[in-house]
Amino acid sequence: MHQPVSLAGALNQALGDALDADDRVVVFGEDVGPLGGVFRVTDGLAARFGPDRVWDSPLAESGIVGTAIGMAMNGLRPVVEMQFDAFAYPAFEQITSHLAKMHNRTRGRVGLPIVVRIPYGGGIGGVEHHCDSSEVYYTHTAGLRVVTCATPSDGYRLLRQAVDSPDPVIFLEPKRRYWTKEPIDRAVDGPELHQARVVQPGRDVTVITYGGTVETALEAARIGRDEGYDLEVVDLRSLSPFDDETVTASVRRTGRAVVVHEAAGFCGYGAEVAARLTEQCFHSLAAPILRVTGYDIPYPPPQLEHHHLPDAERILDAVSRLQWEGEPHHG
Amino acid sequence: MDAAGVATGDGTYELPDHDTLVALYRAMVVGRRFDAQVTALTRQGRLAVYPSSRGQEACQTGTALALRPQDWLFPTYRDCVAVVTRGVDPVDVLVSFRGDWHCGYDPYEHRVAPQCTPLATNTLHAVGVAHAARLRGEDAVAVVLLGDGATSEGDTHEALNFAAVWKAPVVFVVQNNGYAISVPLHRQTAAPSLAHKGIGYGIRSEQIDGNDAAAVYATVSSAIASAAAGGGPTLIEALTYRIEAHTNADDASRYRQDDEVAGWLERDPVRRLAVFLSSSGDFDATGFDAEAEGLAAGVRTRMGTDAPVSPSDLFEYVYARPTAALARQRADALDLPVGGRATMDGHEPGGRGIR
Repeated sequence: MHQPVSLAGALNQALGDALDADDRVVVFGEDVGPLGGVFRVTDGLAARFGPDRVWDSPLAESGIVGTAIGMAMNGLRPVVEMQFDAFAYPAFEQITSHLAKMHNRTRGRVGLPIVVRIPYGGGIGGVEHHCDSSEVYYTHTAGLRVVTCATPSDGYRLLRQAVDSPDPVIFLEPKRRYWTKEPIDRAVDGPELHQARVVQPGRDVTVITYGGTVETALEAARIGRDEGYDLEVVDLRSLSPFDDETVTASVRRTGRAVVVHEAAGFCGYGAEVAARLTEQCFHSLAAPILRVTGYDIPYPPPQLEHHHLPDAERILDAVSRLQWEGEPHHG
Repeated sequence: MDAAGVATGDGTYELPDHDTLVALYRAMVVGRRFDAQVTALTRQGRLAVYPSSRGQEACQTGTALALRPQDWLFPTYRDCVAVVTRGVDPVDVLVSFRGDWHCGYDPYEHRVAPQCTPLATNTLHAVGVAHAARLRGEDAVAVVLLGDGATSEGDTHEALNFAAVWKAPVVFVVQNNGYAISVPLHRQTAAPSLAHKGIGYGIRSEQIDGNDAAAVYATVSSAIASAAAGGGPTLIEALTYRIEAHTNADDASRYRQDDEVAGWLERDPVRRLAVFLSSSGDFDATGFDAEAEGLAAGVRTRMGTDAPVSPSDLFEYVYARPTAALARQRADALDLPVGGRATMDGHEPGGRGIR
């Protein structure tokens, strides 16, 4: 059997295999060379592939994304690292005005196959500016694919798919799952880049989530079983585009839905999910769609972050408020 | 050469040969006529907006003609004359200003990036293209045009720094036309010159007379040769002047005096090269005027009819392949039978399916 690999290790293997598979792939960013990145996701790659494939850039996020755009215009497939979620904001103009739009501006003549890797989210005791969940800044921008992984196996698959994508991909890595380990098979088949997956089948409620809170939802499903709720957990994987097919099929089956994410609820990703499901599944719903999210506050300091982050208890509290008439109808 | 068309070279750069000077003059005559024609069409309402190149023809044609076929040009919105000089179809250049699409030409055909509207962002793209060329072993240099205002943007700083650290084959040509819309240079920077800005990054930097096409051509050519030979980037500050307002929507009388404009008209780049070439004897420019008129007439005719635009295009190029959601929105926008309803839980919104 394969040795267990952490998410950071799986992403490292994905980058190594992508560099091996296609000599147009280059990896650069802050500290990604000899240090191997602050989370060691690029560990060993500079030594293995040399400084023309993997290198440290000057410390400037707009510069990293902006030069990656030029490199992609000239035949390369850059994978760049933003060191932390909030440190990616200096690159926002390059991402929204150029990375997302070049294909559209040029009527498809210039494609930008670039992956921008962003470690995101909290739960690691990080000080300020190190824990933002910045996904909706990107999902609101047409032209970007935005994906996030929850497990080592899926992280490997998703990153390989992202590197192979002809579209620019914002690749969000949930920092608090970097050290989660499982054996991985380094397969790229299974769900495609744009597809969600049902990670826990259930009959009573669809819990829709992604990234760092997939594990939280699975924990809620384990505890919920003892309380008589059979939860289905959907890992969205692709936040943009949204996989309507998989999610609506699940919600039509269960009739109830809870959306879970770390980011603030107001204008958060869950608002879009709830609106879409209401539009598409209204007649299948037995209760309003509820959201379990971070509060509408700046990300809190380490000593207080556990109050902010959704946990299994808050998910199950939402489940209990889904207008049950008597017992859940399973069994 | 000075404003009177008298050679003033100090020997730092060789005077471009006669044929090159004639080519520069031809490009300036054609470029100026193109610019005047587009300005006229804009007044007639045929274009949504147009930022004129008038007065900056030497910077733009000198740079464009210095490029080798394999080199890249990264223009801004004000560099239509440079783009036309590079060989892009003039009407394709005007697609974005007419509002038919964003970029109307294929950037790979002449190696001209889409004209950049956000200031200074294209400097980083140029560095990226140049660095990729070096990594791929390709003999190509990227030349990026920017203005005096753009040198205050953070991306210019990052691009100069990245280019210097990576020794990227890139040339930065700053057209210092004195104003960022209305803000004069002394409110833009306290640096002794914009060329000084390159020094802190370890970049070879020069300030030249940007209304001297021979100087622009010689300096940019030399910088391209240096970059191609592994010498890294060069920053060139070309001193010039924007004769027209920022765009047709701007009123330059609110921030500058007529006598200032008159002073710069005396330093006209086109006339001085004509004087210089005429003094050499062997020079006949009559064909260029006819060519310029022909181009202007062609632009008038082709811009006189509306280009066909399709709402279907709105959805075609967002991703390499339209997503399922965009396919539904396209059907909705075009009133096609396969609409968003297909996913509506088997019930039509507001129709008989509502309980």
